[in-house]
Formats: sequence, structure tokens, C-alpha cells
Amino acid sequence: MDKSSVGNRGCHSLRVVDEHPQTASARGTFSFTFNGQSVNAMDGDTIGAALWASGCKAFRLSPRSGTPRAVFCAMGVCQECVVRVNGKVCTSCNTPAAPGMDVRSFTLFQTDGIKYGLEF
Amino acid sequence: MASSFDVAILGAGPAGAEAAGVAAQLGLSTVVIDEASAAGGQVYRAPAARVPEGDAHHAEGDALRAKLAQSAAVFRAGERVWNIARTSDGVGALYDVATIGARGLETAQARSLIVATGATERFYPRPGWTLPGVIGLAAATILLKSSKVLPGSRVVVAGAGPLLSLVAHLIIEAGGQVAALVDVSPLHEWIRLSPRMAARPDLLARGMAWQFEIARHRVPVYRGYDVTRVLGANSVEAVEIARLDKEGRHRPLMLEADALCLGYGLTPATEVYRLLGARHAYIPERGGWIPELDDAQRTSVPFLYGAGDGAGLLGAAAAPLTGTAAALTAAADLGALEDHRYREKANELRGRLAKASRFGTAMASIARPRPALVKHIDDSTIVCRCEDITAGEIRRAVNEGAENINALKFATRCGMGPCGGRVCGEAAASLMQCHGIDRTRIGQFTARPPLRPISLGDVTRNFEYSDIPLPEPAPA
Repeated sequence: MDKSSVGNRGCHSLRVVDEHPQTASARGTFSFTFNGQSVNAMDGDTIGAALWASGCKAFRLSPRSGTPRAVFCAMGVCQECVVRVNGKVCTSCNTPAAPGMDVRSFTLFQTDGIKYGLEF
Repeated sequence: MASSFDVAILGAGPAGAEAAGVAAQLGLSTVVIDEASAAGGQVYRAPAARVPEGDAHHAEGDALRAKLAQSAAVFRAGERVWNIARTSDGVGALYDVATIGARGLETAQARSLIVATGATERFYPRPGWTLPGVIGLAAATILLKSSKVLPGSRVVVAGAGPLLSLVAHLIIEAGGQVAALVDVSPLHEWIRLSPRMAARPDLLARGMAWQFEIARHRVPVYRGYDVTRVLGANSVEAVEIARLDKEGRHRPLMLEADALCLGYGLTPATEVYRLLGARHAYIPERGGWIPELDDAQRTSVPFLYGAGDGAGLLGAAAAPLTGTAAALTAAADLGALEDHRYREKANELRGRLAKASRFGTAMASIARPRPALVKHIDDSTIVCRCEDITAGEIRRAVNEGAENINALKFATRCGMGPCGGRVCGEAAASLMQCHGIDRTRIGQFTARPPLRPISLGDVTRNFEYSDIPLPEPAPA
């Protein structure tokens, strides 16, 4: 991989370009939505991997400081990557993505009062 | 669905999968439970998409998965353990393992329990470390090996331990760019380990090959340096590093990057042992707090056994051996293996385990806890990511009298969030240690169910109010 192609790919995608063209094309593609926006995914993707590869930099906001969070530990431990899928909260880093999935941010805001379950 | 077994094994990584095969072969009814959809644990995590001709990275994992499939052990994949209840009649024990998975609530009962839940990554917070784009070193290996996704287009790889070189190698192999490799260990720390590393010439050679590859790609390597800050508006834009030394930092260096892979070694996941009341000891060379084990993998709780890195870091090569040892001991304790046969097999294992552990213990040493790394972090640094608790709030609580980690938890909420203290526990304890409190006194967070977040709907499921038996009201 020469540096120029790395630079170009970096602007568009974080997916590793497969060296085996047959296997790369063998991996099917599909899409799901994140907060209503379409996200491209490949067979076998977890929701988190697909979001990360698409350049999504904020899965949710933290409850107290309201700062953006995304995948951190990638093994279902830290709970930073949680999303709501068809109404159910799960860790996106180890939940498989599926065609047509309706994925939403799961964000709690805590201000002077307490507001729960605001989505953005 | 409840079922009854002789042995239940938590975790289908290298230790758990091997324990399952051995237990089943000895005639014990065995169930092995893992939250992942395939066996292999974290170190041999199955790839997302199949590569037809097989991938060198996945050969060992594939062999493990095939061997488990061929054994008589029942493998319950995709099930998260959220509670374990133990009852005992004084002679034997009964473990009631509650799980949640695609089929909803399940339970499994067993007369003995082998815990093989592995280790998690150790993190020391820095200002800005919660920015999207910062992931763990193990996280990077998972993204790259399992999902074939790069952490970023220009990645800083920083922290401590053998995962640094692996992550840099995987990024280079994937055609990505490593902005810098930043290792808190100076070179002489690695050199001191080389005699033990020579116990595995194949792994040592592989590590050396990675160093050459890193040099060949002109990746700047900073040894004896650490990350001081991560900068960016809404995601990583730059990483500041500085040299570590006793007098004070040298002038910091700014590295442009859109991702930071950061981790400082592995630490055993002890929540199940804690939940069941096993005694623990703080052994930094084994990764920190570990359950006390006898030389046959028994914990201080009868019929509860430990195996793999979760019982003390010994490395991936030693894991199947401790798994085997735990299964043999469980079989012997349950009366399914005669004493002389047990001794024969156990003695044979002992020598192999000592040899297999040499490399792993060297890695555990360089990836040991380094509490001093949080000493100078700014008060505004978030330590508990779940609840956004800062270093300043923790220091204030300690100054006001919090003497152990549970007192700290009550005072600040640190450790009360969804991760259950798994991410912040080490950093919080290190801050307390920097205040002069001994680690044994600091202790560990009390483990309570649920072990993993579980929804109320999962637990209660569907019921009719008419199902609830109501007593007759008292007469007026």
C-alpha cells in the first residue's frame, strides 16, 4: 500500500482494503439507519464497526457532561458504545448489524432537573 | 430452560474451551457459556467475515472452535451471565447461573463452576481520553482482526505492554498509517525481559520482526514517553506526549492524529469470584487483584475454580493448561477421577505449565499496574467515564476521608455506572494509592448482580397481573 492511497482512503473509509479481491467481493453489503440516516455495512459487521467505518464519531452523549462518546473497549465491557436497536439498548461493538435495522442513539441528559431518554 | 450439569464453565476462550473438552472427556456433564457468538475469547475472537482460504491470524482460534464443537460439552453461545447463586449442603455445592441471550432468560445449574472469563484492558485516564477516536489497544486488535476496520487514518499507538507492537503491526499490515508508537517502558525494561521471552523463540522472533517492520515504515518510536493530553473538538485531532522522568516532564510533543489506541496492560476480570465471595490477593506481577488459588486451581470457595488469565495473567499459551488443571481438579473433587490418575495427570501438567508461563509472566511484568501514571493528571480529567466523575472529585473524596474504594463509590458514584467499575476501578484505586493508601486497604468494588446490564423487561418478561398471587385483605 503506498502512502498516497492510504491518505486518500483515510478521507473516505476506514475499511481495510482486502488483498483478496474474491473474498472482498464475496462479502455482501447492506444498509441500516442510525438516527434515521442510512449507514453502509458489510456482512458480519457489528453495528459499532459499521458506524466506526462510516466515520461516525459520536454514538451518544455522556449523561453528565454531555460529551460525545463512541466505541472504546470494543468488547462489551465499557458500555460507551451503547445504542438502542428496535427499542432495546445494547452494546453496538458486539451486536451484529442487520439489513434495515433502526438504530438510535441512547442518551440520558442530566441537567438541573432530570430528563430521561432524550434522543438526538 | 434450566438444565443440570456436573461442571459449568464461564468463558469459552483458550482456558474455558480446553477445560470444557477435558471435563467432557472425563465423563462430566459439561456446559460452557460465553457471551460471544463463537468460542475463542478475546485473543482468538472469530472474524466477522469468513476468509475462504483461512487466515494465519485465525488458525489457532479455528482449531479451538473445531475442538470444542467435537467435544461432548454443551456450548451456550451468545448468553450473558448476569447472576450466579451458590447454595451448599455442607458436602456439595450447587451453582445457579442465570443468563440472558437471544432466547431470553436461561439458567444452568452445576455442581461445580470453573471461571475462565479472562482479562480486560487497564486504562489510565488523560485529559481528552473520552473523545471519540480513542480506543483501547485490545479494542484496536478486535476492530482490525474481527471487523477489518482501521482505528483511524493516522493513528497514535500508546501505553504499555506487548499489545503496542501488535497493534502497530496490524495497522501497518492493513495499509494504515501509524503516526507514532509511544511506550512508557524504556528499552532497557524490554531487554531485561529477554531471557524469559526466549522461552518462546517463535514469539520473540515475531516481536523482533514487528520492530523491524515498524522501523522500515519509518514510524517514530518514543520509548519512556506517555500521553499527556488528547485534543480535539468532537473527536481526536491531536495527541500530546511527553517524556517520563523523575524530575518532571520534558517539553511536550504534539502529534497530529485522528485516532489514539491507548492501553496499559491487562488486568484479570474478577467480578464472578468477588460475587461468590472468594478471597483475593493483590499481586501486581499477575495483573493486580487475583483470586487466591491453591496449586490445583481451587479458589477459597469449595467447588469454585479459576483458569486462564482471569485468575492471574500467565498468557495465552498457559491458559489451556490451567483450564485442563481446573477440569481435572473439579473431576477429582466430584469423585469422578481416582486419586492416582488425578496425580499422574496433574504432575504431568505442572512442568508444562511452568514452561508455558515464562513468556506470559514476562509480558505481565511489562504490562503491570503503574499507579504513578495518574499522579499528575489534571483535576478536570474524567476518571469514571460512565458517570463523568473527575479526578478532582475523587481526590476531594479521599481528602475528606474515603479510605477504600467502596467508600469512594458511595461518596462520588465512581463505579456505579453501567461498566460496573471495570474501566475506572484501576484509575480510581491508583489515585487513592497516590494519596498514600495501601492497595490492600483500598480493596475492590463489591460485586453485585447484575454482572452485565440487563433490562427490566428481560428479567420480568411478560406476565399478567392476575398471575401474581394476592392474599385476601385483612378483615376491616
